[in-house]
Amino acid sequence: MEPLSVCPISSPLPCTRGRGVGGEGERNPLKPRPLTPLPLSTGGEGLSAHSSLNRRGFLRLAGLTGATWLTPIGHMLARAAEAPAERGRPAQSIIMLWLQGGPSQLETFDPHPGTAIAGGTTAIRTAMKGVQLATGLERTAAELGSIALVRSMVSKEGDHERGTYTMKTGFRPDPTIIHPSIGAVCCHELPVAGTDIPRHVSILPGQWPARGGFLGESHDAFKTGDPAGEVPDTVSHLAREREEKRLKHLDVVESAFARGRRGRVEATRHAETVARARKMMSSEQLKAFDVSREPLALRRAYGDTPFGRGCLAARRLIEVGVRCVEVTLDGWDTHANNHALHRQRLTILDPAYSTLLRDLRERGLLERTVVLCTGEFGRTPSINPLGGRDHWPNGFSLALAGGGIRGGQVIGETDPEGKKTPTKPVSVGDLHATILTAVGIDPKKVNQTPIGRTVRFAEGTPIAGLLEKKS
Amino acid sequence: MWRRNLLFFGLLGGGIFALGAGLMPPRQPKPITRFDASAYQSPELRAVVERVDISFRHQWNAQGLHPAAPAPDLSAARRLALGLMGTIPSLEEIRQFEYLPAEQRLPWWIDHIVQDRRFADNFAERFARAFVGTEDGPFILYRRRRFVDWLGNQFAANRPYDQMVRELIASEGLWTDKPATNFLSVTIQPDNKNKPDPVRLAGRVTRAFLGLRLDCAQCHNHPYAEWKQADFQAFSAFFGQTHLGFTGVYDGPGEYNVKDRKTQEAHAVEPGVPFAAELLPDTGSRRWRLACWVTDAKNPYFARAVVNRVWALMLGRPLVEPVDNLESDAAAPPALDLLADDFATHNFDVRRLIRVIASTQVFRLDSASEHEVGETEEKAWAVFPLSRLRPDQMIGGVLQASSVSTLDAESHILARLARYGQRNDFVKRYGDTGEDEFDGHGGTIPQRLLMMNGSLIREKIKEGPFTASTQVGWMSSDDAHAVEAAYLTVLTRRPTPAEAEYFERFLAEPDLKPNQRLEDLFWSLINSTEFSWNH
Repeated sequence: MEPLSVCPISSPLPCTRGRGVGGEGERNPLKPRPLTPLPLSTGGEGLSAHSSLNRRGFLRLAGLTGATWLTPIGHMLARAAEAPAERGRPAQSIIMLWLQGGPSQLETFDPHPGTAIAGGTTAIRTAMKGVQLATGLERTAAELGSIALVRSMVSKEGDHERGTYTMKTGFRPDPTIIHPSIGAVCCHELPVAGTDIPRHVSILPGQWPARGGFLGESHDAFKTGDPAGEVPDTVSHLAREREEKRLKHLDVVESAFARGRRGRVEATRHAETVARARKMMSSEQLKAFDVSREPLALRRAYGDTPFGRGCLAARRLIEVGVRCVEVTLDGWDTHANNHALHRQRLTILDPAYSTLLRDLRERGLLERTVVLCTGEFGRTPSINPLGGRDHWPNGFSLALAGGGIRGGQVIGETDPEGKKTPTKPVSVGDLHATILTAVGIDPKKVNQTPIGRTVRFAEGTPIAGLLEKKS
Repeated sequence: MWRRNLLFFGLLGGGIFALGAGLMPPRQPKPITRFDASAYQSPELRAVVERVDISFRHQWNAQGLHPAAPAPDLSAARRLALGLMGTIPSLEEIRQFEYLPAEQRLPWWIDHIVQDRRFADNFAERFARAFVGTEDGPFILYRRRRFVDWLGNQFAANRPYDQMVRELIASEGLWTDKPATNFLSVTIQPDNKNKPDPVRLAGRVTRAFLGLRLDCAQCHNHPYAEWKQADFQAFSAFFGQTHLGFTGVYDGPGEYNVKDRKTQEAHAVEPGVPFAAELLPDTGSRRWRLACWVTDAKNPYFARAVVNRVWALMLGRPLVEPVDNLESDAAAPPALDLLADDFATHNFDVRRLIRVIASTQVFRLDSASEHEVGETEEKAWAVFPLSRLRPDQMIGGVLQASSVSTLDAESHILARLARYGQRNDFVKRYGDTGEDEFDGHGGTIPQRLLMMNGSLIREKIKEGPFTASTQVGWMSSDDAHAVEAAYLTVLTRRPTPAEAEYFERFLAEPDLKPNQRLEDLFWSLINSTEFSWNH
């Protein structure tokens, strides 16, 4: 029997003792540090000892919560709060806005207005000089100073399932191995501190939520729906006394089974997992899922949609120490009626995405959080007879922000006629190498899979010029 | 007018009656299925079982290990149900089991299972994962459900395994009409004229049918074994003439061209096998020749690969790990060769293989032992291994544990549909294991949360005319019987005296309603380690 790898989600130890995984690789000199959970930013919880939060405490005392983030003064204070120490360090969390179905680059981050391939899509000016976004991304356009656009993504998979696997793991599907999603890699590689809730979360999970792959199921993303509802399976709906009695009964059954198998039953870690699940059920940190604790103005700014609430919950979750949150917005697979469907999707994406970036920045969290906004591929430059665009992995766009990624720049260019391959093509491996480097994980680190194969966390090199020099 | 009203109410009443009769059929104990206990006593079958048993005993002696005692019959029955059907025995089936004389129980149970559609469906899904994976695959051109259903029919008919595999590799036609061709169409490349991908197919064939990982040599020379990159390319060339057209998969002319990695020049590669070239026929289509070579009784890997897989399905762990790599560093126990030879000389009869494995001493060993044992004993098969149930086994177990009567293909269509939905929802939340189903990870917190608080479990144990917790209460004359029936229904065993005493006392407590107490008992049983693990 193989040693078991129930990776503790709330262990004081770094979670790097998954079986066999974690061979001797060079450590990144930028050593990841334990993630310090921040207190939930709800009223009445007292001031935090965290120095960068004192300003918030002050503002809260001044009764300005909820409005401050909108004002220039809030912005300035937030900037000031990004202590120099914060800058030199790798990011600690990842938020992945997953646009399932494959958004069209031409109707989002890479418009070519006035050309034949645009098919009538117009563009708007942005905070970045000379760079345009498609109409409908007005609020995102204002945030472009923080965003690095990659317009030359190239993948080899044009099927939804395979494309999703590739973008989430950095590798093409391989029947002999299941690669971990990038969030699972983070949870596995970066230290754990004081988090009772799962550190890898998928809000509104699509068809293929992030997996732990060879790092083990315990690194699978915890799946939860619209934050307006309750977190699934965390409430017992029983009187406390009855619940405790049930656990007492369980002990009776457990001890009968342990007879003659004690060591091996302990090795299943079943009882331990039950205890951890119980701990999670009573954890204060579960409140991070509850966005109704946020000021109304902020909730409105994110948008009164499941995705908007998901983005807000993502911010709350990384505040309590969650390493990776994936929030899915479905509906981009526009084989017909592409333009109208995209316009409608943008009304959800634009407020949520821009507010998330802004909110993170104001709280001094953007520096330690990588925000990636992408789908599994782009869509064809040509428009089909149904007014739709089909799958196109040969030059699509995504947006990166935070975590030390230098905003206000564009990588690569696509052909305005949609024929030539993009300039400065970026592979999926490069993208993963970039994000891993941003969170302080060496992408070249070699891992032993359970079957003894050696695999790197990413095959590729960080995109040149994207990461700020860490001093 | 009143006639029409009468007719309407008549129809309505008739409909309700029919539905009710379907949902709650008057259940008599089912007739005992036909079985032949003498088959298990045939000298030939006994001989191979004996050889396997002796080979393990040699190993135990050499390592100085003491095997565990034989497990109770009911434990073996639970293993068989989980391994072969992906569920646990129902209370109804346990009653039938115990009605038979002791020496006939397991023979009946095995034969009963292999005649049950649940067995065919479960084996079909398990093998499909090895053959085509779990992905949805190319839209329209690939029908996974059709494929699984076809496999199920093969297992139900006990088609010899070599014939089945030859059809998978070599058949032509439409994926809807000839479901076996989905094995090929799942790999089609939309950007290359919908041609099935020879490289992926070569990888599948070697792993799924031969238990070899030739595909590691796809990009580089294999680190351990003797496969070279050229071997892999030659192997892929068997699929180099396979195309997809209006009539489905067909073989045509053409060469299989491979680009040189360095010079980027394409050159044609002739098909060839990496070993045992004398088994390759000279005539026929490329795929047919390959199919004959793979399934030849003299091909040493073919029978061993499937024996390893069936063993893993039945005992929760393969003889050689991982299940699809017979060349891994771990030495294969001699039992693998003994079983494989027997399988190959008996016309690749899957049912016979199951009977043989189920009759071995190892299969019947207890998972508990008098003295403390650990990994060494488990690795040497001196004690029955503990293995975590897959999501499909968990939901199979949960659904069956919530019903005293057997949930099989004979249930009402509505009940089966509801179960289908519940299964999918559960597996989605519990986390599907994907292709590699024997990698022995521990459980996760979301899984425990789902079992402790999930709405499905709540529904399945709460008071209601169809739930076992209620039915057990109705049927039992006293608390002792209720506790026993609950244990049999959920854990397929009787409570220990200590457990019986504890729960009888609990059922007599006054502060909850009687059914709530039974509900709590069911909850505790379903949430135990014992329930979540095969043992």
